[in-house]
Amino acid sequence: MPFFRQLYAILAKELQVEWRTKETLSAMLVFALLVLVIFNFAFDLQGVDIRVFGPGVLWVAFSFSGIIGLGRSFASERDRSSLDGMLLAPVDRGAIFLGKAFANFLFILAMEIVTLPLFVILFNVPMQWFPLVGFILMGTAGFAAVGTLLSAIAASTRMRDVMLPVLLFPVLIPLLVASVKLTQGALQELPFSDYQGWFNLLLAYDVIFLVIAFLTFEFVVEE
Amino acid sequence: MIETLKLEKTFGYKLALKNTTLTIEPGQIVALAGPNGAGKSTLLRILATLARPTRGRAAVNGIEIPQGAMQARASIGYVGHQTLLYDELSVAENLRYYARLYALDNADARILQVAKQVGIEKRLSDTARTLSRGYQQRVALARALLHRPKVYLYDEPWTGLDQSSSHLLSAIFAEARQAGAAVLFSSHEFERSLAAADRALIMRNGKIIYDGLRAEWRDASGFAQVYTTELARAQEHTQNEKRAASGSKRKI
Repeated sequence: MPFFRQLYAILAKELQVEWRTKETLSAMLVFALLVLVIFNFAFDLQGVDIRVFGPGVLWVAFSFSGIIGLGRSFASERDRSSLDGMLLAPVDRGAIFLGKAFANFLFILAMEIVTLPLFVILFNVPMQWFPLVGFILMGTAGFAAVGTLLSAIAASTRMRDVMLPVLLFPVLIPLLVASVKLTQGALQELPFSDYQGWFNLLLAYDVIFLVIAFLTFEFVVEE
Repeated sequence: MIETLKLEKTFGYKLALKNTTLTIEPGQIVALAGPNGAGKSTLLRILATLARPTRGRAAVNGIEIPQGAMQARASIGYVGHQTLLYDELSVAENLRYYARLYALDNADARILQVAKQVGIEKRLSDTARTLSRGYQQRVALARALLHRPKVYLYDEPWTGLDQSSSHLLSAIFAEARQAGAAVLFSSHEFERSLAAADRALIMRNGKIIYDGLRAEWRDASGFAQVYTTELARAQEHTQNEKRAASGSKRKI
């Protein structure tokens, strides 16, 4: 199937380029660490239930750092015009989107794998890994899908660095709220039925935005 | 092999390509000349499916674009102003990546073949960043040859190539002619480029103002004369049109 071979080629190239430069990952990690440290020192957490307050901090760190990686995703392709190389080839634009989105998902996930233990240590959070990891994966999938599409839109504008957060954060509100609520539910060990509504919202968000982004990507990258 | 009919392209209010009708037969090598901003790159980008025409029709290898762009792309080899290479990857990795995008079988053998054709077989493991502009251009040429295109669209392909490397493009074009492929390339360097061409076009202000076979201009110096005459004639024609337009306005 050429579609999957091409998708794999794009994904492999993204990972290979990042492995050589480590630009995106290192920037994301440093930023996430800074966010956690600043929040840790800025707020007096004595008497605060960290299981309620912490998820907000965690998702601020994830989303603010993730946007750095997403911004680089298409900006670097536009800068060296290598996007034209992909567009010249008989590649389904959906394969380009999925390749890019999956690479972004892995980069953000790598940042989260390092950030989460730091969050546990700095905020002294009692961790419930089992449902939490699943919720983080779901939140990250939606974040990467929407972010990849909007990164492609932002990269074609003159104010690309400013444009991506301006476009992305309003669209991310439902995802971020649902992810924070699910993280709170998991850390507080609430019964799943208490936050199932947020789970359903996040699942629907992921599916809807993944499909929309997949179908509309062609019109975003082509003239 | 390449056909356009009343092709037009606008960028905002600017008409970059006007009423362009053109047919290039298989095996024909066509040079595209003209001053900066004449519309050469726009025409090549539309034919390469990187830009959409505003009006008119175009077909590449018998496939209408942009409707059949996905099928047409498999038969187009395009070299533009940028090399489209990833600096961090080696030459072989860059070419392997493009071979995968074109879903080529036996990619490694084909990469070696085109690398030999453009003289980069000893630089395959070098990182693209470490290559000179000339060598990067050779890799760009190799990339555009990988999938054995039927239509070659080259925008200033001599960029970065030294005099001694010029034969590379002549050899590539000769091979394309033998394989029955069509070649359309733009260049400002008549001396180097016209040696390989069967036919030359001159564009000005988005229009083709001259279309002549080699018999009409014979060599680079002959074409330089035609180029100067045709541009002067087109300029005079434009000035006359402007005068006539301002005259009729005054009468009103």
